[in-house]
Amino acid sequence: MRTIASFIALNRFGLGAAPGEADAIGDDPRGWLSAQIQPSAPLPEALRGFRSSEAIINGILSARLESPEAQQRERRRAQEQDFDAEMLARASQMITTRAPLAERLVLFWSNHFTVSSARRQIAPAIPSFEREAIRPHVFGRFADMLLTVVQHPSMLVYLDNTYSIGPGSPAGLRHLQRNPTRTTLNENLAREVLELHTLGVHGGYTQADVIQFALALTGWTHGGVRRGDRPRHGGFQFIQRHHEPGDKTVLGQRYAEGGVDEGVQILNALARHPATAHHLATKLVRHFVADDPPEAAVEQIARVYLETDGDLGRVMQAVIDLDAAWADPLAKVKPHYDYVIAVHRAAGQGAPHRRDIVQPLRLLAHLPFTAPSPQGWGDRAADWIGPEALMIRLEWVNRFTSRLPGGVNPRAVMEQSIGAVARDVTQTWVYRAPSADAALTLLFGSPEFQRR
Amino acid sequence: MLTRRRFLHLTGASLAASLAASRVAFASAPTDNRFVFVFLRGGLDGLHALAPFADTDYQRLRPSLGLKADQVHSLDGYFGLHHGLGALMPLWQAGEMALIPAATTRYRDRSHFDGQNLLENGTGQPFGAGDGWLNRAIAGLNGGDQRLGLSLGPSVPLILQGQARVQAWSNEQLPDLDEDFLARLAIVYRGDPLFAMALGEATGAPEPDMGGASETGNFQIAAHAAADLLAQEHGPRIAVMELGGWDTHVNQGGRLTGLLGRLSAGLMTLHAGLGPEWSRTVVMVASEFGRTAAENGNAGTDHGTGGLALLAGGAVNGGRILGAWPGLSNRALFEERDVLAVNSYEGIFKAILTGHLGLDPAYAERVVFPGSTDLSPMDGLLRG
Repeated sequence: MRTIASFIALNRFGLGAAPGEADAIGDDPRGWLSAQIQPSAPLPEALRGFRSSEAIINGILSARLESPEAQQRERRRAQEQDFDAEMLARASQMITTRAPLAERLVLFWSNHFTVSSARRQIAPAIPSFEREAIRPHVFGRFADMLLTVVQHPSMLVYLDNTYSIGPGSPAGLRHLQRNPTRTTLNENLAREVLELHTLGVHGGYTQADVIQFALALTGWTHGGVRRGDRPRHGGFQFIQRHHEPGDKTVLGQRYAEGGVDEGVQILNALARHPATAHHLATKLVRHFVADDPPEAAVEQIARVYLETDGDLGRVMQAVIDLDAAWADPLAKVKPHYDYVIAVHRAAGQGAPHRRDIVQPLRLLAHLPFTAPSPQGWGDRAADWIGPEALMIRLEWVNRFTSRLPGGVNPRAVMEQSIGAVARDVTQTWVYRAPSADAALTLLFGSPEFQRR
Repeated sequence: MLTRRRFLHLTGASLAASLAASRVAFASAPTDNRFVFVFLRGGLDGLHALAPFADTDYQRLRPSLGLKADQVHSLDGYFGLHHGLGALMPLWQAGEMALIPAATTRYRDRSHFDGQNLLENGTGQPFGAGDGWLNRAIAGLNGGDQRLGLSLGPSVPLILQGQARVQAWSNEQLPDLDEDFLARLAIVYRGDPLFAMALGEATGAPEPDMGGASETGNFQIAAHAAADLLAQEHGPRIAVMELGGWDTHVNQGGRLTGLLGRLSAGLMTLHAGLGPEWSRTVVMVASEFGRTAAENGNAGTDHGTGGLALLAGGAVNGGRILGAWPGLSNRALFEERDVLAVNSYEGIFKAILTGHLGLDPAYAERVVFPGSTDLSPMDGLLRG
């Protein structure tokens, strides 16, 4: 059944149709999606066997004890064997999976909680960050994802919290004696959690809240910071000596001195805050419905979020249940990554060749885990389709189709991928193309294929 | 190695019909002056690029990061240019570079995203408009079919997004598509304005000569292409380039030395590549905000307010520090932490748009920077 609804299920909520997938959905696209909401699904086969962030970071830190050259060597090795290999395995998983909804949410939340390889120190451990902190929670509780993310060494390093020391803590007072004008507090993580991860920039917090929250997060670091007798490790570590003593007040709520629990409690309160519900609902509706999210849909999703205490599985079911999500099959544009994945899926050639992932995404400045800032990538059509980006997509897809084996039938691929929404003009020119390669390039270059 | 990205020159008859709307008609441009905006995303630490090295407050606030007299090129005995910008000293000596400290937009909070968005949309509010002020200015210059705006890089930044059609260029490595294919695709794109417009803008644009280019690094390569396109008679007049990495919360000394070196190399590439057109060029370098006056505990600085504007070009009334300077005493700081932004980017932008590019001042106030009448165009920026 190649209906508009199945196109929407496969594209709006999926990663594009693989051959035969539209038929496999049957006549219940919403049910097909709902069945993919599996809160305790095991880690996909393709992603097993990769090292933990703790092992990767520990390896780099231990090498540092030897020599700077040894650390350099270890980082380069990890970049290849951990980062590159897992990035490719992840692409392969997304190309071959028949449960794409979870993968879409991995991409969504990974972008929401951006950690970028702009920080070389933790770069090799970013795919593992996604596997450990994002993937297990996409149908779980937002509060759990938030806490795991904020305690993850990759995020703690990326947003500088490993350097943040309470000015009134034992370590901070020692600093102050030596450098009376220097502040030891780093607000970066606290600010971005409030602005980007939870309440949103208009979520009603003040600079004082940022500072108080940052004070509560002092001492949150990883095991590599500690010198001396303790063995180094690459996991989360709370260092009491760095932690600002005393009560903290965030958003009018007082948190009694409680060491690591202060931060945990504040994060839990932030996860339950109505501004967080509205912020996350806006982003989800923008992602799955329209660039300009309809307010009624946002309110509906925010309501479900609050009623279910941030149960992301039920929130996602509510997004699927939005009528607005099923109204316009071509309202959104596929981001570059999703486009490259969709082309591979439609061509039905299984696991990708490294160059077909890396080359287009490098040229399009959209390699995974390289977002230019903690805000991550945008989510509107104008973020993806400009003159230069469009030409790079077309030139890459032209080269991609020229390498496909001869047996790929453009008519079948069109029917399977965009059959339900292809306009007459697109069908006409795909049929009239001078060669199979040209037909496939035109098909993959069509607005119907690039939209969702 | 540098590879050459050939722009598509579409000719055939079928194509002429399908792309009629995007054909470039070489009417005379409304201005022969050139403007390049270099956007340093991330928040450049103005006090590190242009250091008030002789100021005791500065040295007090920055016990480890503060630049000493022997680490700067002194400009007036008080301010000195970071040694990473040393390559720009010939411009300063020729009177072709001006610096404006304590400058920023109307933005007074500390979010990169909002700060950049406000700088680019020009309304004084984050997300106050869906298009960019420079695009609105280009529309107001009314260049007809000639695309006056040029974006360097794979995506067009918000500052150049909007009604006026702009050209885009990026360093590229894939083989070109044939004209016949593009003609067919143009037909398929009819009825989808987003794709039709992007394709139209990618085709029929003039192409830079990258043949002799020997630069390394994306920013320098982009500067070479920008200079070559801007120097063409029927080419663009206004370009936007970006260089990122300025969010230096940690260990900023080494990072800024490298970045400032890349920035100055790119600016000197523009200078060389523009040739005689340099005399009618203004380059403005700016960032969404400055950073805290005091260093933090990690040999870095945090998001602040007053930052820096750097102007270069033969049309700049240079060799001087322009604007007011509030100093760095505790009482002078904004919210007791940031350089007080007494000079406004909007005032600088307006001076360039009206005084250099010839934009109607009333249009600049009403359409380009609405709600900014209290921020007058800055005097004395341009050669008389």
